[in-house]
Amino acid sequence: MLLIDCPFCGERPELEFSYGGEAHIARTPDTASDDGWTAFLYDRTNPKGIHAERWRHVHGCGRFFNALRDTVSDKFRATYRIGEARPELE
Amino acid sequence: MAEAARRDALSLAAHTHATVTPLSACSRFVLRGRAPALAAAGAAFGVPLPREACRAAVVEERAALWLGPDEILLLAPEAERDAVAGALHAALTGLPHALVDVGHRSAALEVAGPGAAFLLNAACPLDLGTAAFPAGMCTRTVLGKCEILLWRVDAARFRLEAMRSYADYVWRLLEQARRDWTG
Repeated sequence: MLLIDCPFCGERPELEFSYGGEAHIARTPDTASDDGWTAFLYDRTNPKGIHAERWRHVHGCGRFFNALRDTVSDKFRATYRIGEARPELE
Repeated sequence: MAEAARRDALSLAAHTHATVTPLSACSRFVLRGRAPALAAAGAAFGVPLPREACRAAVVEERAALWLGPDEILLLAPEAERDAVAGALHAALTGLPHALVDVGHRSAALEVAGPGAAFLLNAACPLDLGTAAFPAGMCTRTVLGKCEILLWRVDAARFRLEAMRSYADYVWRLLEQARRDWTG
């Protein structure tokens, strides 16, 4: 089974987690144009390779955290807490 | 040969033996707050609240279980509900927190015996070896299709809490697994 390294609880089975979409998307100001809102709501990078995304340890500590996952191999390369900077991968 | 096979079967039964027992009702509170609120609550509750992830602290009949970085489950005997609630409300006045009585939300089961971890692993994907999940560790996890709270009280004894409406499902699932192994 795929193990995901929760920044609070450590390695846990994938079944305990839920996916939360792409990470590091800052909310657009209320005064933004329609194009600004469209970009905020719908435009995603959808990369082939390393993807920064939010996960939630929903059947565990309940916390959201960020993860770097390789969308080709489905390997989790790093996990880090909300508010921390995206780590550099070697 | 037949005797050797019989001995193997007996020793397997000895390793996989486990019992599932419903536990009586108790008082439960979920406390959420930052460090000052948790420290004040620990003093009032009489159990220092665990700050290490996935650990439980026990003093006599009361227990505090780490559920999340700012979330603690408090367990106490059913008769102490009002006393605990009163003491916590008094201690937490002026500190931002959320204290919710969830005493009627869950049903508790005890899974005990040398095969307790083996039995739970029929439907729980966690590593329940004593290295990865030592006595005193507690966590929310999943059992089949149900979210449960699992606490290893000691090496061969687990306390399991599930939402009351799922208790029947959890019981039947464990009972089926138990009968599959112990015949």
